[in-house]
Amino acid sequence: MEFNGIMVVSYIIATILFILALGGLSNQETARRGNWYGIVGMAIALAATIWGIVTQAYVELLVALLIGGTVGIIAARRVQMTQMPELVAILHSLVGAAAVAVGFANFMDPGRLEHFTGVELTIHDIETYIGILIGAVTFSGSVIAFGKLSGRIGGKPLTLPARHWLNLALLIGVIYFGYAFVQESVAGAGLMPLIVMTVISLLFGIHMVMAIGGADMPVVVSMLNSYSGWAASATGFMLGNDLLIVTGALVGSSGAILSYIMCRAMNRKFLAVIAGGFGTSEGTVVAGAEEQGEVVPISAEETAELLNDSKEVMIIPGYGMAVAQAQHIVHEITQALRAKKINVRFGIHPVAGRMPGHMNVLLAEAKVPYDIVFEMDEVNDDFPDVDVSIVIGANDIVNPSALTDPEGPIGGMPVLECWKGKTTIVLKRSMATGYAGVQNPLFFLENTRMLFGDAKDTLEGVFKAL
Amino acid sequence: MRIGVPREIYAGERRVATTPDVAAQLIKLGFEVTVESNAGAGAHFSDAAYRAAGCSIAANAVELWDGADIVLKVRGPEAEEAARLKTGQTLISFLYPAQNPELLQQLTERGVTVMAMDSIPRISRAQKVDALSSMANIAGYRAVVEAAQHFGRFFTGQITAAGKVPPAKVLVIGAGVAGLAAIGAAQSMGAIVRSFDTRPEVKEQIESMGAEFLMLDFADEDGSGEGGYAKVMSDEFIKAEMELFAEQARDVDIIITTALIPGKPAPRLITAEMVESMKDGSVIVDLAAEQGGNCELTEPGKVALHHGVHIIGYTDLPSRLAAQSSQLYATNLRHLLTDLTPDKDGQIVVNMEDEVIRGATVCKDGETTWPPPAPKLSAAPPKAKPAPAPVVEKKKPSVLGPIIGMVIAGLALLGLGAVAPQDFMAHFTVFVLACFVGYMVIWNVTPALHTPLMSVTNAISSIIVIGALMQISSETEVIKWIAVATVGVTAVNIFGGFAVTRRMLEMFRK
Repeated sequence: MEFNGIMVVSYIIATILFILALGGLSNQETARRGNWYGIVGMAIALAATIWGIVTQAYVELLVALLIGGTVGIIAARRVQMTQMPELVAILHSLVGAAAVAVGFANFMDPGRLEHFTGVELTIHDIETYIGILIGAVTFSGSVIAFGKLSGRIGGKPLTLPARHWLNLALLIGVIYFGYAFVQESVAGAGLMPLIVMTVISLLFGIHMVMAIGGADMPVVVSMLNSYSGWAASATGFMLGNDLLIVTGALVGSSGAILSYIMCRAMNRKFLAVIAGGFGTSEGTVVAGAEEQGEVVPISAEETAELLNDSKEVMIIPGYGMAVAQAQHIVHEITQALRAKKINVRFGIHPVAGRMPGHMNVLLAEAKVPYDIVFEMDEVNDDFPDVDVSIVIGANDIVNPSALTDPEGPIGGMPVLECWKGKTTIVLKRSMATGYAGVQNPLFFLENTRMLFGDAKDTLEGVFKAL
Repeated sequence: MRIGVPREIYAGERRVATTPDVAAQLIKLGFEVTVESNAGAGAHFSDAAYRAAGCSIAANAVELWDGADIVLKVRGPEAEEAARLKTGQTLISFLYPAQNPELLQQLTERGVTVMAMDSIPRISRAQKVDALSSMANIAGYRAVVEAAQHFGRFFTGQITAAGKVPPAKVLVIGAGVAGLAAIGAAQSMGAIVRSFDTRPEVKEQIESMGAEFLMLDFADEDGSGEGGYAKVMSDEFIKAEMELFAEQARDVDIIITTALIPGKPAPRLITAEMVESMKDGSVIVDLAAEQGGNCELTEPGKVALHHGVHIIGYTDLPSRLAAQSSQLYATNLRHLLTDLTPDKDGQIVVNMEDEVIRGATVCKDGETTWPPPAPKLSAAPPKAKPAPAPVVEKKKPSVLGPIIGMVIAGLALLGLGAVAPQDFMAHFTVFVLACFVGYMVIWNVTPALHTPLMSVTNAISSIIVIGALMQISSETEVIKWIAVATVGVTAVNIFGGFAVTRRMLEMFRK
């Protein structure tokens, strides 16, 4: 495993390209170039490694690359934009699986005991152990997240009794077997503890994601993103490969920051999200005590009239828009209104949807120009001037009780204050509560109108009436 | 029930408690309405107009007070009017029970139900009956008109063939309803408007009206008292405030003061020295004249001239815009009566469970019901308050947290450095630096691109394929095949991740 100069240089170039790829995403103009940097970086890294290290089994390598690549590209082509969260989750699981596989293969390498002795061996073993640990957690966690996001597993958090103790027990188990593994590996054994630990890690990943409610999914997806990076980084340590370490660290910190941003957007502590069980314990009590009133329904035709008479329109999309696939009709309505010199803007809450930036992707797919799509903080002060706000399948992110009821389950979470506008039209299938399980006083306000039905159908009605 | 609207007998009062338009709506609620002859004359509503709206006209006050079940008035009753009230009658007017305890006592003893329009609680739901705000709005507007009347120049700046005219500078002290109305009026006439208030949260409102908020350079003491009113400030704050006013007085042409603290004499904000420091021809309008005045030299009800500065102390500004204020006041009364008549049958029900009605009712059935119990805390402005408060509390204890964390992390690193071989530490350095680079780069990513960011990082993290490539040439069959499988799996990720990112980014367009 000697590194010659050209390989080192290639790795440095690849690293720089990866950093540029991430930096390119800082705005839409440079983002596409950023993606190309990433592709070129990956190609250079692969080429250098294949040229410099691989000495045989080229055929198998090529076949594996071809099959994998084909599957990947087909999946990427076929996937619906609304299914992006699922795709991202399942891709994360592959990185986890790869980390586990590389770890095991590395452990089974007979040359291991010759290369390392003493402290170096211990450190190497710990690196291997941690790499597999993170990889396994990422793998099973991502699979569960995929299941939850695609609806194959219910979105309700699974809260086992004494689940924190269970987690603690699993952690202690992992540490114990880690110790056993390091002891045994000097003698060339240690496969047993390693396998047991892998199983424990897999269970831990499953349990961790199962306990997290659907509303916290954006955090989970970005957290798993982070884990997949750390897994790569740990593997890099194990193999003594700086490219892996650097790239893994980049991805890891990226995911960590995303998780942090998501948590902040929901006013939740990161640890609280991981501990899970959101919206089940304390949520419903407050809802009952809340003053409820009558909701005022509105028809699609009346909605169209209201829109025609307005000057400032704010559209607030939520997960419901994704479910109903309503983004295209939303765009058509937007175009129709803009043609009438009505200022239409979109207000996006950071946690709208099921993963970070979900709404932006959907709106972009429908070709809504991104310069009329704004973040919550950019538009929240403008609501008093807004004539009509249209809330499409969103609930918790427009819940005034987040501000008025600091003790409530979503208390203190920043929300889009659409009720400050003249009229709010809420598109909803039923009066069910949002993911947080909190009743929304917005629906009962005097200036709120409810437009019941599937968002796509009702919006088509609105569009016709326009 | 019969509503009686007498002519206001207070000297100079031109307002009337109902207008023909509103009277017609009251009749729809099931009431009969009688108006005293000439009651609307001061506000330019003729008897004929009332008659056309369906009201009957009472020839004189005695006849009107005798026949009415409900009397609507603007000013509180004068002695002779109070003497006419009898048990069972309801009076709705301004009353100021805190300032007129004897009157309240007298009305209680007479068994009259009295609703004081000044005692309506200041909650969102009661805004439609908030006559104080209606009147303050008018007073603020009129204050600017009065100032313009006495100010010998334009408000707006102009450059004309006859020379350049600088715009007038107006300082509005106290940004309540009256203050904001004054800001709006002065602004629309073209003046440069500045405003000061002890409550920092009104900054936004002031700026939304187009005026400049004068920030007091002072440790943030919050002047907001209960129910959205201002409270008394500390001595240091007042000193700083006075310095600000003294400085402003030398600069501005017009000062409009609206500072009032409920139940207290108006604070003295403009001293004689400040008046003397003002330019000749300047104007001060003191909206607090009735409560003693914000300016030392204010003479309530009059225009005083001191050192060439007009100090306007009119206490009847709303009455000077009688038609407008009558209309708004009458509408406030109508809203209250609508609430009082749930069945729209012309019978009022004084529901003491209703927070608004409870607050307004100062005496009923021979008992004084003033002051009302403190309003529920769900009042109007809590929207802003509960949000920042918990945040501040949370931040404080966490100051130590990161430091402890850093110390522990530092010690752990030192411990690691002590035992780990050189090689490992080199990798570790790279790792830590990479974390920081990632940290710096990611914060710049726009939130709209978070999903592409995740898919691209996902694709990049399949760099783990390098690990598999290192093992693929192994002599051991098992290792080789594991590596081949790994390459296949990561290839899905590499190609899939980049392809899907590309697809998403293609969609982002201007």
